[in-house]
Amino acid sequence: MIGLYSPGSSLIHRAPTLLKLFLLSLCVVVIGTSPDLRVVGGAAAGALLLFLIARVPMRAAAGQIAPILLILLVAVPIQGLLSGWLVATLMAGRLLVAVALAALFTMTTTVTAVLEAFQRLLRPFRRFVDADRVGLLVALTIRCIPLVSDIVREVLEARTARGTQWSLMSIAVPVVVRSLYAADALGEALIARGLDD
Amino acid sequence: MSSIRFEQVSHSFGDRSVLHDVTLELTEQRIGIVGANGSGKSTLVRMINGLVAPQSGTVTVDGQNVAKHARDVRRKVGFIFTNPDNQIVMPTVREDVAFTLRRRGLSPAEIAERTTAALAKFGLSEHADHPAHRLSGGQKQLLALAAVLVAEPATIVADEPTTLLDARNIRRISELWQTLPQQVIVVTHHLHLVENFDRVIVIEKGEVVADGAPEQSLAAYSALLA
Repeated sequence: MIGLYSPGSSLIHRAPTLLKLFLLSLCVVVIGTSPDLRVVGGAAAGALLLFLIARVPMRAAAGQIAPILLILLVAVPIQGLLSGWLVATLMAGRLLVAVALAALFTMTTTVTAVLEAFQRLLRPFRRFVDADRVGLLVALTIRCIPLVSDIVREVLEARTARGTQWSLMSIAVPVVVRSLYAADALGEALIARGLDD
Repeated sequence: MSSIRFEQVSHSFGDRSVLHDVTLELTEQRIGIVGANGSGKSTLVRMINGLVAPQSGTVTVDGQNVAKHARDVRRKVGFIFTNPDNQIVMPTVREDVAFTLRRRGLSPAEIAERTTAALAKFGLSEHADHPAHRLSGGQKQLLALAAVLVAEPATIVADEPTTLLDARNIRRISELWQTLPQQVIVVTHHLHLVENFDRVIVIEKGEVVADGAPEQSLAAYSALLA
């Protein structure tokens, strides 16, 4: 969800997040359990139509789907030889449609909308779970991925610049230490922004 | 302007004393705080919104003891950190600014309106839905500022906000300070940033060694460094 949202005002963008999540789950279950190639083919055509309605950049969408193609390049021939080409085609179709629909969801839904949906889902359990806190936890987790990724990149660059040899400890120790410092600083920032309760 | 008062404030980290018996009253609109690394200036300003509690003495903002009323004080005092990356909480620019308002009891329409206005004010509108971590250093610091100012605090405390910026962005931030109607307290090593301020305080080894008009204080600081 980091950097994948593609702003827009299409019907898909405006659809309620919980509805989108429900339809995504339903579609994945249906294509995952149906042995009929026509169902998977229909779902693929439906997914393509949804992409056109959402008017998301096709290049970005292709970037989301491309990694699964690499996996399928290896998995389909193996599956075809072991279980038959119908099963291999079904598997490939199911994976492609599921990944495409998930990509469409992330490209048309902001993190805030997902958090609010989570909070609404958790509301009936408010006696046991603080929905706001869970929402904040999810947001911070998403936010910390690029933060930690930057730390890893900087540590690797520093290691290269100093010409040190590869060792797990020389990467792990500074990454962990710097991540803890960053977590501490993020905690301070949250306090400063009024989230100290 | 808020009245911020330090009354005989002392603080140490372990054996190292960082502030020693500091008494100050800050009432001017633009106040600069300068000093060497480890002089205690960051600790001093962190006390203004309760990020650090003094071991002895009191800090008050408009008569409210920060140690006892930290939450109320934080609504009046916005804080900007050196590294904006550590201050950005939400994945996109718009969401991060809106995040400040989420617990203020405002309607979604009001949050959206104030967020849009804040982004426009800081020239971030075109980046509103972009990932915050992909902004440049200067834009990230502007985002940090927008995220603080959207809550309309009476005072803004900035702890070395230009340390990680290039010359162009330092100038941009510097010009911004001059236009803000709020009380601004800036800790910095960039002395030209505070040349036009109303008051500059020099901290050395946990004590106030110069306090007054910028020319006078900056001259004293330069003499100290010589």
